[in-house]
Amino acid sequence: MAEAATVHSKRRITNLVMTSLTAICAVFATSVLLIIIGFIAYQGISSLSWEFLTDTPKPVGEGGGIGNAIVGSAMMTLLAAAIGLPVGIAAGVYLAEFGKNWYGNTIRFIADTLIGVPSIIIGIFIYTVVVMPMGRQSGLAGGLALAIIMIPIVARTTEEMINLVPNSMREGALALGAPQWRVSWNIVLPAATSGIATGAMLAIARITGETAPLLFTALNSRFYNFYYDQPMSSLTVQIYNFATGPFEVEHAMAWAATLLLVGFILVINIVVRYLTRKKY
Amino acid sequence: MQSKISIKDLDFFYGKAQALYDISLEIPEREVVAFIGPSGCGKSTFLRTLNRMNDTIPIASVKGQVIIDGKDVYAPGTDVVALRRKVGMVFQKSNPFPKSIFENVAYGIRINGIHSSKEDMNNRVEKALRDAALWDEVKDRLSTSAFGLSGGQQQRLCIARALAVQPDVILMDEPASALDPIATQKIEELVVELKKNYTIVIVTHNMQQAARVSDRTAFFMLGKLIEYNPTQKMFTNPNEKLTEDYITGRFG
Repeated sequence: MAEAATVHSKRRITNLVMTSLTAICAVFATSVLLIIIGFIAYQGISSLSWEFLTDTPKPVGEGGGIGNAIVGSAMMTLLAAAIGLPVGIAAGVYLAEFGKNWYGNTIRFIADTLIGVPSIIIGIFIYTVVVMPMGRQSGLAGGLALAIIMIPIVARTTEEMINLVPNSMREGALALGAPQWRVSWNIVLPAATSGIATGAMLAIARITGETAPLLFTALNSRFYNFYYDQPMSSLTVQIYNFATGPFEVEHAMAWAATLLLVGFILVINIVVRYLTRKKY
Repeated sequence: MQSKISIKDLDFFYGKAQALYDISLEIPEREVVAFIGPSGCGKSTFLRTLNRMNDTIPIASVKGQVIIDGKDVYAPGTDVVALRRKVGMVFQKSNPFPKSIFENVAYGIRINGIHSSKEDMNNRVEKALRDAALWDEVKDRLSTSAFGLSGGQQQRLCIARALAVQPDVILMDEPASALDPIATQKIEELVVELKKNYTIVIVTHNMQQAARVSDRTAFFMLGKLIEYNPTQKMFTNPNEKLTEDYITGRFG
């Protein structure tokens, strides 16, 4: 009896210790994020102003704004999404609906490998095949680099979302005399829309935060540039330049730009949470 | 008797495993034929050979003939899409599309290009919903999601969807097994009503259901057709001892 009681209390203590440990780790993991966001907000909020959001950077050390970087990031993300979303979604549909063979398996493996490739390598690749032949860095090159990063992510999330569509729905359409492609196109794809949209938005958030692939593809620019064949500024590269410079005023601008970027990514994540919450 | 479907010496295989053995069966036009038998006896597999739904299983193979209106549906060059339009199917679990009620019924009409105008489409959808005894319940909310309907309504929507493409034959794979008694009764009344215009094959686990709705009953066991007779005879004076044992609940 006494022995049983000891075993019992020992087990209770172990349970308590382990539960507390995991709880502490969970608090640690989330608090780091909160601290980072709080710190960025604290450092960056004072430099945010309308001029900061619309002006271009002034000559070195004199401040100015990041309007051109906002436009550049938006344009390159747009280009990447315009290429990456259709290609990625189509590839995902293929993998899920027709890719249960060696060819599909090979593509799946390549996509997974591509997701794991450090993004700077994609930058170097685009530098070799686009920047060198063109003779200069450009928004086009930057957008292409981001598209390459985006495609495998979108393809794999699309595939997973489509796999969640119950087979009974496919059978229902087939039994009405629908050919396979129509079943995929107007039954399966719409059924997976909210999941695919979620994946697409997360992929957009991911590429908006990329710096490395833009460093030698889009380079940077101190001016507003609305042409894809010219070097283009981006929030991330601008932050890098500001932060590595010696001037206090630019450091402050880097914080403010970081706040903007983190805020954008946070908003996308919250929107995604909201959209998926409605479904389940 | 005028045969709508005649099945001759049908064998069916999942890979190397044989699931159906040498089945021959005549299904008369505008009658209800029920398939009964214990789980795994092959009745659903057999039902799915009639509109070639088993084609979606890569390892499945078929030997023998399924002749509908004088044509073997397994003959080379058969248009499977046209076959499935002629032989509609309702599944065990209702499977509406993630679309509005209207669009669910309109889908088959649209992909087969049956309608001549927007008005014609509306009429066809209404007729299908009326024939499925669902119109009065949904006429005011045709544009709302099909998922908002109850289980029984969803199943009747799936029946309407199948009717909308004007098939000759309707295959029903345990259409009421997931429904409560009242919804089940509605489906059964519907089956009897639809018999006037359609040939119906229904798989069921419910012996009373088979007795209530069908004209003929086929009893399957372990992939073999044990007995096929008018329902009246099957349930009162079956030829086979096995049939009697199953129907009276001595096994299965």
